[in-house]
Amino acid sequence: MYKYADFDEAFVRTRAAQFRSQVERRIDGSLTEDEFRPLRLMNGLYLQLHAYMLRIAIPYGTLSSRQLRQLAMIADRWDKGYGHFTTRQNIQFNWPKLSDVPDILDALASVHMHSIQTSGNTIRNVTADHFAGAAADEIEDPRPVAELIRQWSTDHPEFQFLPRKFKIGITGSPNDRAVTRAHDIGLRMVRGGSGAVGFEVIVGGGLGRTPMIGQVIRPFLKKEDLLPYLEAIVSTYNVMGRRDNKFKARIKITVFENGIEAFRDAVEARFEQVRREFGGTDQKVLAEIEGQFAPPAFRTAPVTGYDEARAADPAFRSWTDTNLTAHRAPGHAIVTVSLKAHGTTPGDATSAQMRLLADLADRYSHGELRISHEQNVILPHVHRSDLPALYVALKTEGLATANVGLISDIIACPGMDYCSLATARSIPIAQGIATHFKAIGLEQEIGRLKIKISGCINACGHHHVGHIGILGLDRAGVENYQITLGGDHTERAAIGDKVGPGFAYDQVVPAIERLLRAYLALRDHPAETFIDAFRRLGPDPFKAALYPEEAARDAA
Amino acid sequence: MARQFTPKVVTANALLEGDAVYLTADNRWSRLHQEAELIEDEAHAQLRLLHAEGQRQVVVGAYLADARRGPRGPEPIHFREVFRTRGPSNYAHGKQELRHV
Repeated sequence: MYKYADFDEAFVRTRAAQFRSQVERRIDGSLTEDEFRPLRLMNGLYLQLHAYMLRIAIPYGTLSSRQLRQLAMIADRWDKGYGHFTTRQNIQFNWPKLSDVPDILDALASVHMHSIQTSGNTIRNVTADHFAGAAADEIEDPRPVAELIRQWSTDHPEFQFLPRKFKIGITGSPNDRAVTRAHDIGLRMVRGGSGAVGFEVIVGGGLGRTPMIGQVIRPFLKKEDLLPYLEAIVSTYNVMGRRDNKFKARIKITVFENGIEAFRDAVEARFEQVRREFGGTDQKVLAEIEGQFAPPAFRTAPVTGYDEARAADPAFRSWTDTNLTAHRAPGHAIVTVSLKAHGTTPGDATSAQMRLLADLADRYSHGELRISHEQNVILPHVHRSDLPALYVALKTEGLATANVGLISDIIACPGMDYCSLATARSIPIAQGIATHFKAIGLEQEIGRLKIKISGCINACGHHHVGHIGILGLDRAGVENYQITLGGDHTERAAIGDKVGPGFAYDQVVPAIERLLRAYLALRDHPAETFIDAFRRLGPDPFKAALYPEEAARDAA
Repeated sequence: MARQFTPKVVTANALLEGDAVYLTADNRWSRLHQEAELIEDEAHAQLRLLHAEGQRQVVVGAYLADARRGPRGPEPIHFREVFRTRGPSNYAHGKQELRHV
């Protein structure tokens, strides 16, 4: 894992000290809120409905056990004993006091963490495949490149006042777990004709008010050209992007309005200039970073006890069926720890859970953890012989829920329970769906399904790319929920379609039940997933299930 | 005919904690909506908002929110304002914890 160089350390400490002084001046009245607001946002501090919220970057979703323990300490000392993991692999604390935030930033700096550029019109935290460095299907670990991008983009003087925020996602695997096609820039590692590793560069994707799937601007970019090419894209956007209208300022609109060809021509012209300026320093830095991401020494040992435990304990077997992913090292597995126990808040972890996860990472996963954009925690490198003991330990803090990839493994933004931008609540809808389908015993029967919920049009809950997307809106002073169907977050990325009028708060769970009972009746065979059945049959039978009265009227 | 003025309260967030607060008739900031001054005159509402905006060391982001008269004092109308009076629905945090609800 990457450890801060002296430069990183000094930079982060300096920024924390500057912010301490800014907070003091805000409290003593020498700064107005208008003056202070951009300063606090540069440090990830928002003012929400009931309190301040501090958003802390977890670069490319990678955490050490020591960092997670520090987050637990912060949760206990300055917050309410928990943290919320977000859909951009960040962690948010929902209750810090303004006067405590400088101390929190110091505590973060001491474990090589910060909240810089987690807000504002800058390049945000770079997200990556949460199985990076462990996945069996990976070409190369994308995190050294992600760290290089973090260093390049942090405090980049040209990119501190972009037309709008800018998000980069990266994957090293052909199976896209990083939603690269919904990012301002998506990077998919690919092999060129000669076998050399490079990137397919995707530009202009994004969700929000105007959802768009990104387009390929370069089918193959040599790895050594990555930073100059990224700089060329962001620099072109910085000039061509609109600043007259906030809703038309993202790069997706720039690409859409100018056309991908014209935008590509401008980027390529800029790239020719920029490439000459780089001079190879970035490649030296990358080589140093790569050394820090050397894989741990994986154990070569027999997988004793694993099959016996599976045979003896159906609950353990069920957990291994849903929560494990193939690891590249023999005898190992990637463990996804669900933060979606039925009825809890998606993505929330208590300080006790964080400490347990940190201890288990030390004992079973080489001290490493990952946070997924699906709001779960990953222990990336677990030997299969350790899984029975790990499972028993996870149960002690309610962390052994066997539901990864199932209906209750819901992405949900904080919604109007916390967020000042929200137009409706998300969390209780997620809780309602999870508990209802568990109560009626259909979760396993329904199988793999992605439900994603956003509490406003900005789509932090990724509802557009959910197989079932739920968007909470304010319709004439009442919460109302729009359902979209057929979205996909993978390499087959697709935006779901709205199928009809929205549902009242208390009608969402019944509507989802009608929809899924229709799916169970319509599927070809038990292995045909909801999204496969939807693709085969089209929206009509599902629409009829959601709106039975309308369907009956049409039939009459 | 002039549109009828919907009564208002002045609300903001406390500078240090960020909690929702309400301006009272005797110029205090209360954590309780029902203690707010219910303002039924548009010109008076603007004056009270100006007063609030001047208190930049105490509150942040003051605005006028629709309200109505209730048995125990002013009540919020929009659900967003209702949520602000009680805190999040997933934990008994915020005003619920302080036994204000």
